[in-house]
Amino acid sequence: MTATAETPAQTGLRQQVLVLYLASSALDARVVGWSTYDGTGETHPTTGDSDEPPYTTGLDALKDGWRLFQASQLNPPYPGHEYDVSFLKHEFFFEKLV
Amino acid sequence: MPHPHRKHLLTSVQMAHFVATGALRMDAVVPDDMNQQAIEVLKAGVPAVPYGTPLSEAFVDSDFVQRLVELPEVAGAIHSLVGPEPTVDHHAVHIRKAHEGEAQNLHGDAIIDVRTDAFDVQLMYYPQDVTLEMGGTLSVPGSHLRRTNESDTGRYQNLLGQTRLVCPAGTVQFLHHGIWHGGRKNDSDLDRYMFKIRFNPTVRQVRLWNTDDLYDDAVAAELEQNFPWYENATGRLEKYNRIVLWRAISGDDTYDPNYWVTRVSNRPQRVITDRANNPHAKVKKEMV
Ligand SMILES: [Fe+2]
Repeated sequence: MTATAETPAQTGLRQQVLVLYLASSALDARVVGWSTYDGTGETHPTTGDSDEPPYTTGLDALKDGWRLFQASQLNPPYPGHEYDVSFLKHEFFFEKLV
Repeated sequence: MPHPHRKHLLTSVQMAHFVATGALRMDAVVPDDMNQQAIEVLKAGVPAVPYGTPLSEAFVDSDFVQRLVELPEVAGAIHSLVGPEPTVDHHAVHIRKAHEGEAQNLHGDAIIDVRTDAFDVQLMYYPQDVTLEMGGTLSVPGSHLRRTNESDTGRYQNLLGQTRLVCPAGTVQFLHHGIWHGGRKNDSDLDRYMFKIRFNPTVRQVRLWNTDDLYDDAVAAELEQNFPWYENATGRLEKYNRIVLWRAISGDDTYDPNYWVTRVSNRPQRVITDRANNPHAKVKKEMV
């Protein structure tokens, strides 16, 4: 039998997720939107629950111990749709294990 | 419905505000006696209206709603935005119960709707004072031109500069069909009521308002405004798209005070290079 990774039940660790939308593709750009999901179930963040961003920039989140695990790619616009506006482009996912 | 008096039509500055933000708000425009009545009327329910019923016929059995849409300021705004005799798409009474736990995801109503020369508007009427705790409608200024489908934006919980509606009783707001919005969680002890009507235009939406101030500098200032949640680069595209919409509804396809559209559509056709200066031209054969 090979050793298996410890299960969350054994470690007691849960994932907290912070999604930050930034003003440009630079991680130290200012925060323009934010969402949080709490895997501990202790808080219940939801739509329209705050007007104040948790951090001013993406870099500030790193300084506070959040680990970046995904950043949106930079895709060129589809030909003919260069002036269209749609979803926020600069989405960064962070986590904390607590 | 009678044509509203010119003094009750929207101004160009108000229309430009709507084109930039996707919303127009009229605080306490409905008189108190109607607001007092409204809760009972909304509790009892407003009779359903078949899709596409002309406004003048839609609420003949609903005296309260008929009076609401005939208030001079309300009728003037409806006329300015969607023109005479729009049709009623649908209407709905929205009730968020006291301490109701769930917020709606951020969404656009109906389905993705990318018309650039026509738009629907939704009238939202709030008969009570709405406090922050009561969870007044969340909307995102300047989100109406984003091409997204319904609740695909559900991941966005908060955007910088969002509007969490707090308003006095009798407030009416008009929203562009595309605006991102959602009913917020009601954390108060009061049930919250809102009545909504969606209007479809039946005429070209061109200069339906009071255009006396069409070229006022304040129009350009409204169209040029930025919103805190805009990304630096995409925020510029928003201005481009607003100008395209303003050109459509003002009928002036040259309007562009800040050159956002003009610059990127400038493709001169006049050729001045003569053959002698063109390195790709074949050398002319000597005439014999
Ligand atoms: Fe909605």
